[in-house]
Amino acid sequence: MKESIVKIRNMGKAFPTGEGDFWALQNINLDFERGEFSGIVGPSGSGKTTLLNIIGSLDKPSLGDVEVLGQKIQTLNQKKSSILRAKHIGFIFQTYNLLPVYNVYENVEFPLLLLKMDAAKRERMVKDAIEWVGLTDKIKSRPNQLSGGQCQRVAIARAMVKKPDLVLADEPTANLDSENSYKILDTMLKLSEDLGTTFIFSTHDQKVISYLKRIIKLTDGEVSSDDTQTGV
Amino acid sequence: MFSFIIKGIFRDRHRWLFPLSVIIVSVAILVFAFSFMDGFMMSFVRQTARFDTGHVKVVSRAYSEMLNQKPHDLALLDIKDLLEDWRAEYPQVTFVERINFGALIDVPDDEGKTLMQADAIVFAIDLDPAGDDYHRMQIDRALAQGRAPRHSEEILISDIAFENLNLKLDDEITLLSSTVFGSMTMQNFRISGVVKFGIQTLDKGALIMDLDAARPMLDMAGGAGEILGFFTDNRFDTTRATSLARNFNQRYTDVDDEFSPVMLSMAKQGNTGYMLQVMDYGTLWMSMSFVIILGIVLWNSGLMNGIRRYGEFGLRLAIGESKRQVYFRLLSEALIIGFIGSLIGVSIGALISKNFVMDMSVYQKSSSILTENLLSTTMSMKVVWVGFFTGLLSSVLGASLAGIAVFNRQTSQLFKELET
Repeated sequence: MKESIVKIRNMGKAFPTGEGDFWALQNINLDFERGEFSGIVGPSGSGKTTLLNIIGSLDKPSLGDVEVLGQKIQTLNQKKSSILRAKHIGFIFQTYNLLPVYNVYENVEFPLLLLKMDAAKRERMVKDAIEWVGLTDKIKSRPNQLSGGQCQRVAIARAMVKKPDLVLADEPTANLDSENSYKILDTMLKLSEDLGTTFIFSTHDQKVISYLKRIIKLTDGEVSSDDTQTGV
Repeated sequence: MFSFIIKGIFRDRHRWLFPLSVIIVSVAILVFAFSFMDGFMMSFVRQTARFDTGHVKVVSRAYSEMLNQKPHDLALLDIKDLLEDWRAEYPQVTFVERINFGALIDVPDDEGKTLMQADAIVFAIDLDPAGDDYHRMQIDRALAQGRAPRHSEEILISDIAFENLNLKLDDEITLLSSTVFGSMTMQNFRISGVVKFGIQTLDKGALIMDLDAARPMLDMAGGAGEILGFFTDNRFDTTRATSLARNFNQRYTDVDDEFSPVMLSMAKQGNTGYMLQVMDYGTLWMSMSFVIILGIVLWNSGLMNGIRRYGEFGLRLAIGESKRQVYFRLLSEALIIGFIGSLIGVSIGALISKNFVMDMSVYQKSSSILTENLLSTTMSMKVVWVGFFTGLLSSVLGASLAGIAVFNRQTSQLFKELET
């Protein structure tokens, strides 16, 4: 059996509202194994992004336990959660969120600057990551000089450059056409297989769903199904 | 990371243009204002020392208690030997003798009867053109008409008094006063020249005569009302003057003898010390006010810029920076902008100050403050540092206040800004 890098037990998340607490997530029990290529699907407001935020230690659960790479998210202080993210977790967003004032190389380099590694090693890793996504010829380009697909590939390189254990991808294809969506899904799948990285998607895009090996469906904040797809 | 921050600042015009402009303009204004204030103060110090106080002044203890009245009847007498001792003992100081006394000017008509009278203050100084005091009082420059006295019966008169009394060069006037022993004295003098110092208090009603002419008139052989001391490098320094006075007084002042000499530093005479203190406090308060005002302006600009950058902060938190790191990088950006802005601001301020000269004669007509006619600014390292650190501090203060917003927002909330 593969190592479980994310363990969620009886987890709930409530947000205060004027009329009492609103439970965005309830009774969540999930495990994610190393190298898994899985996704959380469901309509808007079903709690997908909240679940990703908690797994990514950007938010804390109101109830239950969430353990990511052996660290309990509910008890992590800010410093420790930022170290967890810096070393082990990569994020990919719907709107790419590249830093517009930096070029491709610098955007990909940024996560490594936080890890304080020597310049030569950093340069090699950045160039490798840019090569994985096929943008070596755009290394000096700024985000505004790239297409949407190219920007998302830079975002993937930025998420993958530190070779994280876990990548959280929130609607990564929402702003892309079909051709570019398939290209970046191929890239992510290959990186997951080559590097053993766990990918957890939040999506309702059928193209993404068709690539997932495991589909967890959220309905009104609860897991309504958790299926493994074969022959993907 | 440093070069990463630098690139981030200067590739994003919104991050640097407004704060940098505000800092440059404010620091330039501040440097100019301080150098102007310093120039004014230095001019005040120079003129006050030159005409009235010296950097230090030696008088009798009794005279010191009525210093503002210039009571020449309490003058130091027979001081030639003492003066030589002091000159030997304090070579860093040039001592000059002065006698100031009040007198009545009597202008006669053609028949020798009183035509007009006016009160005046008489400055008796060493009028030898080769002497120190002649140059210190800038007699040649002040001469508006005529020439300096060459004989003991000649005198200089200020231009306003000269006009008010309808005098002409070479006219004879009579001075009436009292001797050092209290008896009445009068003597005729011929006007050899008219002086205009550009200082209202002097130009209104002053007479300048030679010490050797004043002494017999006042029955004051070998005496002087005041002995002014000037540091040979011609720079007044409160600490140095105070220390010198303390040393002098320990050696020469006798508390049981009211005619023993006492040395007063410039800061201890009249309201000079108060003026100097006000100037110092003024600089401090002005600097602090600028830090606060600039800080508030930059705080607001930082807030506006921060709102624009919440998405970026959220992203950086997601990538693995802590809130503290985001905050300190904001401060680093402010430090860099503050440093560059202050540097440019100081340079511009210094450049403006260097070429600035102001004609103060218009304002001096109604002023009793001793300053020079042409007022120039004084650039000093103090002005440079005050300007520089005000710019730097205000930039950091503004960013540190604006950056608190990063802490006040939930990480997940900042993260949500990514999607907006």
